[in-house]
Amino acid sequence: MTALHRFRSLTSEMADIQRQMEEHARRYGLDFFNTIFEVVDHDQLSAVAAYGGFPTRYPHWRFGMEYEQLAKGYSYGLQKIYELVINNDPCYAYLLASNAVTDHKLVMAHVYGHCDFFKNNAWFAHTSRKMIDEMANHGNRIRDYMDRFGVEEVESFIDACLSVEDLIDLHAPHIKRRDEKNQYHFTDATEVEEEPTATRFQSKRYMDSFINPRAALEHELAQKKKELEKKEQLPSEPQRDVMLFLLEHAPLKPWQVDVLSIVRDEAYYFAPQAQTKIMNEGWATYWHSTIMTRHGMADSDLVCYADHCAGTLAGSRTRLNPYKLGVELYRDIEDRWNRGAFGDEFDACDDYLAKRDWDKQLGQGRQKIFEVRRIHNDLTFIDSYLTLDFCRQHKLFSFGFNEDSGYYEIESREFDKVKQRLLFNLTNVGRPIIYLKDANYKNRGELFLEHRFSGVELQSNYAQDTLVNLYRLWKRPVHIETNLEESSVTLSFDGKEHSRSGDTKKQGAKG
Amino acid sequence: MVMKIDRDASRFKQIVRGKIRDNLRKYVTHGEMIGRKGNDLVSIPLPQLDVPHFRYGQNGRGGVGQGEGEVGQPIAAGDPDGEGQGQAGSDAGQHVLEVDISLDELAAILGDELQLPRIEPKGKANINQDKVRYTSVRRVGPESLRHFRRTYVEALKRQLTEGTYKLADPRVIPHKDDRRYRSWESVPEPVANAVIIYMMDVSGSMTDEQKEVVRTESFWIDTWLRSQYKGLERRYIIHDAAAKEVDEHTFYHTRESGGTRISSAYKVCQELVKAKFDPAEWNIYCFQFSDGDNWGEDNRAALAMLKDSLMPQSNLFCYGQVESPYGSGEYYRVLDEAFGADHETLILSEIENKEGIYDSIKKFLGKGK
Repeated sequence: MTALHRFRSLTSEMADIQRQMEEHARRYGLDFFNTIFEVVDHDQLSAVAAYGGFPTRYPHWRFGMEYEQLAKGYSYGLQKIYELVINNDPCYAYLLASNAVTDHKLVMAHVYGHCDFFKNNAWFAHTSRKMIDEMANHGNRIRDYMDRFGVEEVESFIDACLSVEDLIDLHAPHIKRRDEKNQYHFTDATEVEEEPTATRFQSKRYMDSFINPRAALEHELAQKKKELEKKEQLPSEPQRDVMLFLLEHAPLKPWQVDVLSIVRDEAYYFAPQAQTKIMNEGWATYWHSTIMTRHGMADSDLVCYADHCAGTLAGSRTRLNPYKLGVELYRDIEDRWNRGAFGDEFDACDDYLAKRDWDKQLGQGRQKIFEVRRIHNDLTFIDSYLTLDFCRQHKLFSFGFNEDSGYYEIESREFDKVKQRLLFNLTNVGRPIIYLKDANYKNRGELFLEHRFSGVELQSNYAQDTLVNLYRLWKRPVHIETNLEESSVTLSFDGKEHSRSGDTKKQGAKG
Repeated sequence: MVMKIDRDASRFKQIVRGKIRDNLRKYVTHGEMIGRKGNDLVSIPLPQLDVPHFRYGQNGRGGVGQGEGEVGQPIAAGDPDGEGQGQAGSDAGQHVLEVDISLDELAAILGDELQLPRIEPKGKANINQDKVRYTSVRRVGPESLRHFRRTYVEALKRQLTEGTYKLADPRVIPHKDDRRYRSWESVPEPVANAVIIYMMDVSGSMTDEQKEVVRTESFWIDTWLRSQYKGLERRYIIHDAAAKEVDEHTFYHTRESGGTRISSAYKVCQELVKAKFDPAEWNIYCFQFSDGDNWGEDNRAALAMLKDSLMPQSNLFCYGQVESPYGSGEYYRVLDEAFGADHETLILSEIENKEGIYDSIKKFLGKGK
């Protein structure tokens, strides 16, 4: 924690502003952990941002890379971070010292929006709220390993772990996938697995072939054997959390197990932030604009405020601005629930004017958006609330890569296609869905993954490099089954070379 | 305050440097991959610095955007080679990581890799001269330097604060206090005391492919010599049967037809040196590129000029012969016979193709002159 306190704290003028903003936020019903503001210069902010918000994080070159990019982006005037908030209790927020007073007001109001979201959104419910301490702890452990086993050794192992950091089960914190291992449950040594036998009913000999027909006995036996095999198979069900499986079963040294578990814990901690980017930024933007335009702003702030908003809310043709999309959707929901413009009756109405002027004086808008921020993530948010009208009003379109022209081109303005594209990009945070299917593939202890193909191919050179890193963890050949060029293939790496098998269709077409 | 990030940043740079070192040959031969940025930075794409993940490939790229446009209208350029670049998600093709390294750094790497000796310059020490750069904004200054936009933003802010801004009559009138002016500072710039004179045969037999080789090679020559001299001038001469001095762009993009008379280029070069670059003050580097064709009778004149004036005046005179399907390659032999392969100032090199550039540079600059 010492690292945090080397930054400056608020001046008395800014402390006043902070008290005002906090009061406004509370009056609107925002509910947040205590929030501590730190004032930093842009270099420090770039560094903190590179560490994902945790100055005490473990050393790794990619943070240096991130820092270089952020610092360079700032000095060339390409990008600017105004603020950074950490999901923790208390929340920490970093402010850029060089911001104008108006920016500080706005940013503080924005920060309270984020803090409320962290505390109340269901997807954050299982994240650690003492992450600052945990990160410092992780950092110390990894630094200690580096001292003992060498920087190169540890860092390159971290690289391998990072390669699979997205192979986690995003829903696992909320679902009980399997019984917790009970460490006090000892199996009796005499409880040896018996050979499976079919159930025989008591019968007189001459009736036996009728009461215990042979076919039924054989069928039952086969069934039992199959079940037993399934039990013996590892994992018994295909598993999303490949990292957990590796932790429990890969032949790793104790320090490697620890490093892998650190990378996995951090991946689970950050996952909800990726899952709720649109909602979280939209929510914070909604509140800074509500608070600023109704209370926070003095006349002299207007130009600066407008300038700031124009910058952060600018729409783009190649990238959907999460701030913009989020805040507009919340406003749309608020408006619809104020008017009662939802439900069967509204949907069934096909009179444009009636729909436009629909107003049942319901006034549930504010209440509704608080509910939305509590239960949704980006995927379900878009799925539930992106409407045809919204799509038209905001001129959304889908675009894709045209191989012939080498350009990204507008594909469609049809609501269904736009929504589908957006949902696809948000599913599993835009990453392919991969299961661990078999850890004893070909009965040779090889690792077999399965990509659940949904129409989009993996990038094969990346997949190969990932297999190399996976091999470093599993230490036996690794495979992934996927689709390439419209046929099912298995990519493999056996420690020396890559191979690819099973694309018979392609060869057939060629031959 | 020393941040821990410095350690990670330097670690990252080490890795990058390692990558460049490993692959230098690749970058040298694919000089066109290097985007020149500004005066002293180059950006080098390093696609492999990503931690690999299972991720969607090219056909999954795309997203949702916002704004005007018809269906089918292109909105952003894609990466032509596709593989290894771009990310599925809401972003359009995210560019590969480009690492900026300074030309000095690049030259140092080149020097290490090719084991190039440092150059012993001749002539006077550099003289620094001041140059004006506009870098900041002040409240006072001459009207000619008034910053229009900033002035009006200040005026608008003031009027809003005073309450004199009216929506119905949105006039903004700057007062004296609102005015903002551009302001400058003086930056010392070194005076060049080295010059590279590039000469190239642009007759019909030199195709674009050969010129690409020349362009790549001269990029690396520039890079190295720049690291050795604080300022560096470059001059370009093209010739077929007649020669003229041109700018850099013309140099690489002109294609003439007709005969070849190398002495014409030497003559322009001689005149240039005489008029502008006193050999006592300047370090002169001549690089001549050709496919080896020359008009037979011209050889004698050319050799005489080389021997009498060009070679004695220059630190180095380098002749690079690019192999071409149309050229005879004769001139290399002529020079070789006349001066021998181990001449002090004259260095000959045959460049077969792009792969040959690496060795050619080593040959040209390996003497440390």
